[in-house]
Amino acid sequence: MKLGILVNEGPYNHEASDSAYQFARAALAKGHEVCRVFFYHDGVNNGTRLTVPPQDDRNIVKRWSELAAEHKLDLVVCIAAAQRRGLMDKGEAKRHGKDTDNLAPGFRISGLGQLIEAGVEADRLVVFGD
Amino acid sequence: MKRFLYVNRKAPYGTIYALESLEVVLIGAAFEQDVSLAFIGDGVYQLAKGQDTKGLEVKNFSPTFRALEDYDVNKLYVDEESLRARGLSAQDLVVPVEVVSAERMAEIMESQDVVLSF
Repeated sequence: MKLGILVNEGPYNHEASDSAYQFARAALAKGHEVCRVFFYHDGVNNGTRLTVPPQDDRNIVKRWSELAAEHKLDLVVCIAAAQRRGLMDKGEAKRHGKDTDNLAPGFRISGLGQLIEAGVEADRLVVFGD
Repeated sequence: MKRFLYVNRKAPYGTIYALESLEVVLIGAAFEQDVSLAFIGDGVYQLAKGQDTKGLEVKNFSPTFRALEDYDVNKLYVDEESLRARGLSAQDLVVPVEVVSAERMAEIMESQDVVLSF
């Protein structure tokens, strides 16, 4: 089955982010295709490379990046939600005159159309949120 | 064409879910899919007339619901019990809606291809 995933909550603050990751990993292990993971609302914070969780805790951002590298996942952070919350790639940082970018490897920033497209293309769009 | 349903369950202010949900609806309208909106629980407050957000220092986005018609988004379903429990009726809302029972709402959800819940 072709799956799209929507993550609406931030890392550590809410279990939705963990559940989405575990669901994606389990689905891939069963041979399903994950065509896109879209991060919205505070979910965009799953894509900041500047998180430094305690060493005895899971590294939520890093494990999304690793899963993306392993399975060529398309991790998309919503640009409008990202701008509000201070998430940016190199291009965005330059465009807005910021002194750094913070998007983690494997993520890309794009528009809400990518979420609708995932809904159109996937057999199921699975929403993780409050 | 797929059937998209946006389920709005949260009050308009207090959290950003309602505002950002509406942003998805507006962007999604360009994709020429079959779009419906459902309002359940505190989500019905999003459509309430007479919203005054000055004290909150945030934008009152309820007028945007009146623009949905221009985007060919005109199927708005409101849960009857949620309205009644909050002392509201269809006359208290900023746009024309179809007030439906929980059973009818379940049928509407069942008939969709994509359900986005906010």
